[in-house]
Amino acid sequence: MSSKDLLPNDGLSEIDQEFFCQAPPEYISPLPKPIEDFMNWARSESLFILAFGTGCGAIELRPLTTSRFDMYQYGIQMRATPRQSSVFIVGGYASVKTLKRIVRSYEQMQGPKFVVTLGSCPINGGMYWDSYNTINRIDHYLPIDISICGCMPRPESILAGFVELKKMIRAGQCDGANLYAKNFAWYKANQKRIIKDWNMPDYNW
Amino acid sequence: MGPLGLKIIYTLITLVICGVYGLLLGAFMAKTMARVQGRIGIPLHQPFVDIIKNYGKRTAISHGIMFYLGPVFRLTGGIGTLVFIPVIFGSEYFSNFSVAGDLLLVMYFIFFGQLGMALGASEGGHPYSPIGIARGLAQMCAFEVPFALAIIAIAIQYNTFSITEIVAAQQGGILSWTFFTNPFAVVAALLAMLGMNMYPPFSIVLAPQEIPIGPPTEYHSAYLGMLQSNRAIFAAAKLVLFMNLFFGGATNFPVLVLKTWAIYMCSVLVGAAFPRFRPEETIRFFLRWPTVIGIVGLLFAKYYLI
Amino acid sequence: MMLEKLKQTFTVTEVKEQKKNLTFFTVPKEQMEMMLITLRDHHDYKHLSFIVGIDMIEDGVFKLTYMLYNYETNHSFGIHCNIDREKAEMDSFHHLWEQVGTYQRELREMLGINFEGSPRLEENLSLDEGWDGPPPMRRDFDTKEYSNNTYFQREGRVNYDPREYMREQLYPTFPKTESDKLLNGGGKK
Repeated sequence: MSSKDLLPNDGLSEIDQEFFCQAPPEYISPLPKPIEDFMNWARSESLFILAFGTGCGAIELRPLTTSRFDMYQYGIQMRATPRQSSVFIVGGYASVKTLKRIVRSYEQMQGPKFVVTLGSCPINGGMYWDSYNTINRIDHYLPIDISICGCMPRPESILAGFVELKKMIRAGQCDGANLYAKNFAWYKANQKRIIKDWNMPDYNW
Repeated sequence: MGPLGLKIIYTLITLVICGVYGLLLGAFMAKTMARVQGRIGIPLHQPFVDIIKNYGKRTAISHGIMFYLGPVFRLTGGIGTLVFIPVIFGSEYFSNFSVAGDLLLVMYFIFFGQLGMALGASEGGHPYSPIGIARGLAQMCAFEVPFALAIIAIAIQYNTFSITEIVAAQQGGILSWTFFTNPFAVVAALLAMLGMNMYPPFSIVLAPQEIPIGPPTEYHSAYLGMLQSNRAIFAAAKLVLFMNLFFGGATNFPVLVLKTWAIYMCSVLVGAAFPRFRPEETIRFFLRWPTVIGIVGLLFAKYYLI
Repeated sequence: MMLEKLKQTFTVTEVKEQKKNLTFFTVPKEQMEMMLITLRDHHDYKHLSFIVGIDMIEDGVFKLTYMLYNYETNHSFGIHCNIDREKAEMDSFHHLWEQVGTYQRELREMLGINFEGSPRLEENLSLDEGWDGPPPMRRDFDTKEYSNNTYFQREGRVNYDPREYMREQLYPTFPKTESDKLLNGGGKK
């Protein structure tokens, strides 16, 4: 196996290595269809968002918790820790520095996990399309399930996006974690292309 | 299958009933809070969906053996509390495994879960877990003082450590409830219960949507599902315990639901009305008036009732 | 009074009284330290508001501006200093105000100006994750080309010159030469 496929956890000291997973993420095949459908329903009705505000879109997420929009009635709530969350929101432009944190948080989440992007910047760079530190297409670094357009999308459109996401989850179309596992080498290569001083483990936390 | 087998089956049924009931109460609490804040709030089945989803997660990672054992200990604490409490007074099967000294055992089990959780959560290695544990244990030590005083008071009053006998002594009319015979001890215990339920103003331990999420920071997937199930069972068990000790117990399920719901409403109303205490304020609060009331209740039981 | 005295003491090449409470001096690089110390210790300009650097690529210099503020008289004093663009070096003044170190770190990071002896100078503030390009705020750095080479562009993006686009959309019949004349000539007074 060439060194390109292997992706060792180099850059980590001996002591650190044992804290992290040494195996790449695996494709996990879904359960038998009726059970999986039921589980998908449960997943769609209980979306835990990782409360990690990247970019300007994070400010439009906060009103969702207030009494005017109240996303909790749709089973959407904020969690403070990536371990318990199932939805990751890339809220607007992602700089290189943020991407490192996005990747770390995303990999700490347990599958099945869904990624929602807000605004036009994660799609094609938006108004920062020629900037030296803003990533143009986030889907080359993470598997994206749904993009909500606008600059920034209003809370109503975010809610509409979540309703759409629920439909997609129920239909079994959101399999980002498995997609990430399948194309792991490609995603890692893209990430390493811009995060040049790669000093974190390659696989998982 | 002898009587023991039947008893085990009935205990399992009790567990399921109490789990479902606890989850419904949690949803009811969330719904009430939402209404107070002018929101619509979650549907009542939301906690069930959350638990199903957490059990249905595809991946989970471990940080070592203690990490596995943390939720197990916690669940043991919850189930253990329930198993030794007679749920329905007079019913042979729904009195579970009630024994002569079960009150002491139950008090131990209330503490046991948190200690096990502390060991497990530290293994996770997340810096926020120890913060949550430190807060949780501090709060627990604080509210344990008035609670223990109240328990000692009623142990003196009824001269027994058996919950069944305490319930039996309270039969025969509303006025023979501990709530009326020794109100001081009951008030102290109810104040302790506010801390035990971890709703506002004592919710700093499990601030679930903020940065320090508390002991379960690192718990995910099925571990979190276990913790959530335990929270429901534990809540129900505590309510049944309080009903038995202070409000005359219940002879059938409708009475049980009515009484436990009323006790739970204390927490809900206080929680909806008050903001949150900081840990040191919590400790100061419990060691001040509830403790004084508890001591009064103890003296009252010792020198007036006997 | 104070300005006259300063002008006598230092080689002030350019004076600009921008507003009643804002004055700019331009002094040579060697006299900067003395100038700042004099203003701070003798004229009560105790507060350093900010330091900015401007890339004057046409003149081949970086123009640094040190903005001082006097709480007593509510007067701001800006001191310009032109340094050579090719040999971008400046004295470090972190011993005068502690926060200067942070500004100097930023100038080093964004414009590539070296401040000898400034604390933690090599640590980047925002260009983390192993930035290996030139200082991005230099005007000869082509950010679009860098972006094209580094990130993945989405196909199908069309760019319009705003002026041309608006003219074609709104006034398609208006002759092009006329509009250019109006826009170029009409704006100046």
